[in-house]
Amino acid sequence: MTNHWVDIKNADLVLIMGGNAAEAHPCGFKWVTEAKAHNKARLIVVDPRFTRSAAIADYYAPIRTGTDIVFLGAVINYLLTNDKIQHEYVRNYTDLPFIVKEGFAFADGLFSGYDAQARKYDKSSWDYEFGDDGYVRTDPTFAHPRCVYNLLRQHYARYTPEMVERICGTAKEKFLHIAEQIASTSTTDRAMTIMYALGWTQHSVGSQMIRCAAMVQLLLGNIGISGGGMNALRGHSNIQGLTDLGLLSNLLPGYLTLPGEKEQDYAKYIAARAPKPLRPNQLSYWQNYPKFHVSLMKAWWGDAVSAENDWGYDWLPKLDKSYDLLLAIELMNQGKMNGYICQGFNPLAAAPNKAKAIAGFSQLKFLVVMDPLATETSEFWRNHGEHNDVDPSRIQTEVFRLPTSLFAEEDGAFVNSGRWLQWHWKGAEPPGEARSDLEIMAGLFTRLRALYRSEGGAPSDAITKLSWPYANPESPTADELAKEYSGRALKDLADPKDPTKIIRKAGEQLAGFAELRDDGSTSSGCWIFCGSWGPAGNLMARRDNADPTGIGNTLNWAWAWPANRRVLYNRASCDVNGKPFDPKRKLVGWNGAAWGGADVPDYKADEDPANGMGPFIMLPEGVARLFARDAMNEGPFPEHYEPFETPLANNPLSPNQPLALNNPIARLFKGDREMFGKADRFPHVATTYRLTEHFHYWTKHVRLNAILQPEQFVEIGEALAKEIGVAAGERVRVTSNRGHITAVAMVTKRIKALQVDGKTVHTVGIPIHWGFTGTAKAGFLANTLTPVVGDGNSQTPEFKSFLVRVEKA
Amino acid sequence: MTDMTRRQFFKLTGATLVGSSLGLLGFAPGPALAEVRQFKLLRATETRNTCPYCSVACGILMYSLGDKAKNAEASIVHIEGDPDHPVNRGTLCPKGAGLLDMVHSKSRLTYPEYRAPGSDKWQRISWNDALDRIARLLKADRDANFVEKNADGLTVNRWITTGMLAASGATNEVGYLTHKVVRPLGLLVFDNQARV
Ligand code: SF4
Repeated sequence: MTNHWVDIKNADLVLIMGGNAAEAHPCGFKWVTEAKAHNKARLIVVDPRFTRSAAIADYYAPIRTGTDIVFLGAVINYLLTNDKIQHEYVRNYTDLPFIVKEGFAFADGLFSGYDAQARKYDKSSWDYEFGDDGYVRTDPTFAHPRCVYNLLRQHYARYTPEMVERICGTAKEKFLHIAEQIASTSTTDRAMTIMYALGWTQHSVGSQMIRCAAMVQLLLGNIGISGGGMNALRGHSNIQGLTDLGLLSNLLPGYLTLPGEKEQDYAKYIAARAPKPLRPNQLSYWQNYPKFHVSLMKAWWGDAVSAENDWGYDWLPKLDKSYDLLLAIELMNQGKMNGYICQGFNPLAAAPNKAKAIAGFSQLKFLVVMDPLATETSEFWRNHGEHNDVDPSRIQTEVFRLPTSLFAEEDGAFVNSGRWLQWHWKGAEPPGEARSDLEIMAGLFTRLRALYRSEGGAPSDAITKLSWPYANPESPTADELAKEYSGRALKDLADPKDPTKIIRKAGEQLAGFAELRDDGSTSSGCWIFCGSWGPAGNLMARRDNADPTGIGNTLNWAWAWPANRRVLYNRASCDVNGKPFDPKRKLVGWNGAAWGGADVPDYKADEDPANGMGPFIMLPEGVARLFARDAMNEGPFPEHYEPFETPLANNPLSPNQPLALNNPIARLFKGDREMFGKADRFPHVATTYRLTEHFHYWTKHVRLNAILQPEQFVEIGEALAKEIGVAAGERVRVTSNRGHITAVAMVTKRIKALQVDGKTVHTVGIPIHWGFTGTAKAGFLANTLTPVVGDGNSQTPEFKSFLVRVEKA
Repeated sequence: MTDMTRRQFFKLTGATLVGSSLGLLGFAPGPALAEVRQFKLLRATETRNTCPYCSVACGILMYSLGDKAKNAEASIVHIEGDPDHPVNRGTLCPKGAGLLDMVHSKSRLTYPEYRAPGSDKWQRISWNDALDRIARLLKADRDANFVEKNADGLTVNRWITTGMLAASGATNEVGYLTHKVVRPLGLLVFDNQARV
């Protein structure tokens, strides 16, 4: 979230699209109710199903799953055509006046530089035009035909209300009503927040859907303001934290990135990540990259790294590509992987196409599962009748199942959606012999280190020299690790402005990332968390819920990254002179000498706004990008492509270009492409979803929730039920080209058939919560049905749009 | 402990209400108070925690029996929303309301298990045997498949025949330690639940 849960109360308009907060994030959704009750806010819900969020909305519109870019692109078109944009904001805080270089083009669904063979773009034409001074050329009058403003207008001119009706199945009048409501927040005294979740991420064009919504928010001046923002409602309790800590193939903690294999030179690796400003007097905060990187290397390898060995640069593995979950399972299927460790993760249920996951795991030599619960993954080799029909004697994988503690049995911090690091405390011992993940990871590490020390083997300096300063090497504590990722001074740190003054003594915890250095005198395992355990102690454990301004920023409750800031980009809530656009929702302001207010300013604290520094300080432009340059793989502007399994024969936006039917750069593995189903055999559109009473595949192990929702069902509309002759409560069989499930039919008014491009499209809702282990009645894993294709940027699988056939079982 | 004060305050308010309505019926408040059934949470230890499901991250209060003495084993007997928490203000949704049953779920694993190749059952093993054996398997695979230099002679120091998925309900500290252990091995097939 750019903002946070409580801040939703300040919204005048709430758009829930690509999510269903009332059921998936119920206690956070309360803040929408609060905004309705006390801020006269209106709630709009756009969703294929009439969800419980929709049930209390002021306005609901249905949409065909997978078509949100058409809807949002048409909103952009509406805002530009009717001039409902926040002028001062877009002119000064976005790249709308920037000029794009010659050669950039878009035609027939494809951008310039497409290589159909490689399914990739040469992105070199997707950039700005630069002047002789090295800065981007701009045209604040928006007259230049290639300024971003005009290119944006041109791009979305095709996204008309008629096109929305034709592709999304949303009636034109409904779309126009919503567009008008959204447009009402282009004034400085109104704010819209957008709340989304997996309903936007789990598509082959998911990242671009989210980007498109962020563009709407930028045009309206709704980013950086209280009651506004792009608010991702993250699914798991610490998925934000794990992402922040970089536990992904290509990342290091704090959104630092691993080098590619061509990056052999340390200085060049750093230079590529510390960009010079693209406009005069911009902060381009990533210029501090070397401070963050060196401090991380010191946290990991201590005295073993120094300027002489480029801070251990060689020890970082170099990427030839990014190895996400989908690729890992593909490599298993190709026999190229031997071992796999699943820590609190149930990929047999979470990966697309269960049959492919089973085949992959069956080719491993060994699988290690660490979990508090008996998951399906740990029993993939076991025959569970029709729900997991495998022959154990033919599966040669060694499997280890290690019992772990869970939340109630450990100390530590989770990061919530609003980026708050909140500490929690242990209330009991784990059952039996179960151990914490800390102890297990330490046990594996110390064993490996001992083996390498005594026997040698593959190069192992990075292992044997890893800094391991824990009082009990077999069991580091949460406190020790939190202090380490927050960071400390390794030497006495002198004040850069007055070298006679020591601001931190060696060994002292640091107050924040501004204190980090690139000379090896500081250590911090995750720079964005720096200061969470500061000189004053563990700020994540703070419990003062006072909200002195009433705006909802409880600055002394826990600690938020970065720098305890609660609303990102909050400088953009002020005009160019530093005066809040809306005094009623003041977050920060310039008092002539410094920035301050109800939040920690997202800006240089003493920067006179007259100098023209932009509010988007992490970007070298200093302003937000409507034109993504080369940051996205499909192109600088989001374009609609159909889901890989679509009921349509062509993309109505570019009907003559078959390459533009689906995401032209999505990665497709050979066998998976062949497993896509076609509408002639699989005429119904399916989408997976979650229930109020269950959490993913966890709560089927929980008695209360197993009582509340005991048995697997699928949701179908009345029209479809009639068509296939099924009554509520009877069983149906749902088949995709990859497998089938059977479940009880819930016949509902909540899903209506849509008219799309001249044909009737039925949607089938598939709740995901059942499986073959646990207390609830055994059922099928929903991913038995889903296709293996990921989003073009994140490789998040397309769980929200695929084709099935529903029939009476 | 401020935690206990809140609980006692809660109880007192409840008791006062009962007392006053009994007062209306003609009972003396003093003896009526004494009649109130002893709340078992009074004897419990209160610990603050966070709902581990969705990332609304509702604050919770966990009550355990046992007084934190070294020889007394605590068992959690009740979980409710934390009224001081600025986001959930004491509420929990139907997921969070079942947390106690998660702690005590029948599916909780209590000892390490091993499934041999081709076998149709688990067998119990000790932690030591499990960790020794896993470390051996990891080292053997790493030693056999670690890539120090790629085909072009560039230093890459990577190991891509073993992979790991990291937890989404684990703490920052677990995540940080996991990353610190895994990356120096050269592991690149590394992902977490954020993707799916
Ligand atoms: S109680 Fe419900 S809303 Fe609160 S964190 Fe848990 S799952 Fe989310």
